[in-house]
Amino acid sequence: MTDSSTNSSGVASANSPLYAGRRRRNAIAKGLALAATLFGLGWLVLILGILIYKGIGGLSLSVFTEMTPPPGAAGGLLNAIAGSLIITILAVAIGTPIGILAGTYLAEYGRHDKLSTVVRFINDILLSAPSIVIGLFIYEIMVAPMGHFSGWAGAVALAVIVIPVVVRTTEDMLTLVPDTLREAAASIGLPRAHMIVRIAYRAAQAGIVTGILLAVARISGETAPLLFTALNNQFWSMNMNAPMPSLPVVIFQFALSPYEEWQKLAWTGALLITVTVLALSILARSLTSPRKSS
Amino acid sequence: MTMASASTPTVATPVAAHARIDTAGLAEKITLRNLEFFYGDSRALKGISMSLYANKATAFIGPSGCGKSTLLRVLNRMYDLYPGQRATGQVLFDGDNLLKDDQDINLLRARIGMVFQKPTPFPMTIYENVAFGIRLYEKLPKSELDGRVETALRRAAIWDEVKDKLNANGQSLSGGQQQRLCIARTVAVKPEVILFDEPCSALDPISTAKIEELIDELKKDYTIVIVTHNMQQAARVSDFTAFMYLGELVEFGATETLFTTPKDKRTQAYITGRFG
Repeated sequence: MTDSSTNSSGVASANSPLYAGRRRRNAIAKGLALAATLFGLGWLVLILGILIYKGIGGLSLSVFTEMTPPPGAAGGLLNAIAGSLIITILAVAIGTPIGILAGTYLAEYGRHDKLSTVVRFINDILLSAPSIVIGLFIYEIMVAPMGHFSGWAGAVALAVIVIPVVVRTTEDMLTLVPDTLREAAASIGLPRAHMIVRIAYRAAQAGIVTGILLAVARISGETAPLLFTALNNQFWSMNMNAPMPSLPVVIFQFALSPYEEWQKLAWTGALLITVTVLALSILARSLTSPRKSS
Repeated sequence: MTMASASTPTVATPVAAHARIDTAGLAEKITLRNLEFFYGDSRALKGISMSLYANKATAFIGPSGCGKSTLLRVLNRMYDLYPGQRATGQVLFDGDNLLKDDQDINLLRARIGMVFQKPTPFPMTIYENVAFGIRLYEKLPKSELDGRVETALRRAAIWDEVKDKLNANGQSLSGGQQQRLCIARTVAVKPEVILFDEPCSALDPISTAKIEELIDELKKDYTIVIVTHNMQQAARVSDFTAFMYLGELVEFGATETLFTTPKDKRTQAYITGRFG
């Protein structure tokens, strides 16, 4: 334990070639990992930076109070923001109950069933299905038979994206609830359904809410499924049965246009969505972390 | 020598070596008759017959995997939660076979409460943890409910520690307090029998002493069954002890007799610490 290089009692020595080699490899691995992290983070910072730089200039009160303008005129994004809000809220309202119930089946009732394995597998496929495929699917089963694009179709398309996310997080969070807690609930004579609603949901609450928030974050930027379903609308429209504007589609359209005012609004819209998603993610994170320690 | 006593397959006599029990003045609360238990195809309990007496504490002891926890979980049919587990034979609870198919399991569990190895407070306030169970069976005005919660917490010897923070989360208490909260929760439902599944194995010595005192106290009103790894604990808290080994009930008798003059060689080997 004294001077390790001269002491013969220990094998470990800072000068041993084996140890030096290990240290060198460690330094290289650490350096590579750090470089990869910086490279990845760099793009994120760049994206956020450019978004803020290009988008913040267009941010004014009129963005929230005026409709999307015709080419060459000034205007805002009010109809698109409202449309996005409505479609998103509806999608969550449709998708969340289905997702939570399915997740509950997987984690509580059907844990040992064959059906669960199948459902879980299909859910995983759905989770990573390209959203444009979901858009096309809803186009085929809703838009085509109805004969026109509509806010309803948009909401349903987004709900299809919400469901697998919520199913997955609900199942995962319920699985984390220890079986001893279920047994404890059973031991005072609580029927299973009550146990799930009053004990398991409560124990998994933060996680399930996080899943819903993440689903909202996921769909609030979706463009492809809305292009095929809700399409767009230049004007203020609260009619769910008619084409409905939404932020992502407006961004898509305006960004591709040759008009400077439109491009500027597209940047502003992109900034709005990004900030919203960021806020949702932070909220989701803060919901889960402090609860764990309590 | 240690190995020999553990692995010598004494020709299994299905009937346990019952020490003479002076049953005068004892009421049988639960009677097991030829109980067998299966995890899928594997038989975990082999022809268990014994009696659990009212207002007495009975301890199940034995090495890990001997089936003592399994036996405990038959008594409130906790195994019903899991597919592939089944019990045959009879478990007479006040003369009524609780293994019968049309047994109302939730009502049964209200009458036979259980306290687990790991403290399992519900994710709610201390007050709610106790009130929760009461509300399942009774609709009480707030003042009466408050009284019942207090009584239960007092019974579990935790009232003084939590009376000023009834609205704190039950999971914020220390392990020993959580365990006593769980006992309060069980007591609040007014069961007739309380099953303890190694209730102290996750607790420090001071909390353990408190729980043991409590069990002694609870005996006055409830029939107690306790599974324990700790023979001193069994000797301290129980009136009767059942020694189990490899799914069999090897010996059952008054605790004092079983620990001082065991009838079976295996019991003797176990209580003198030669295996398990």
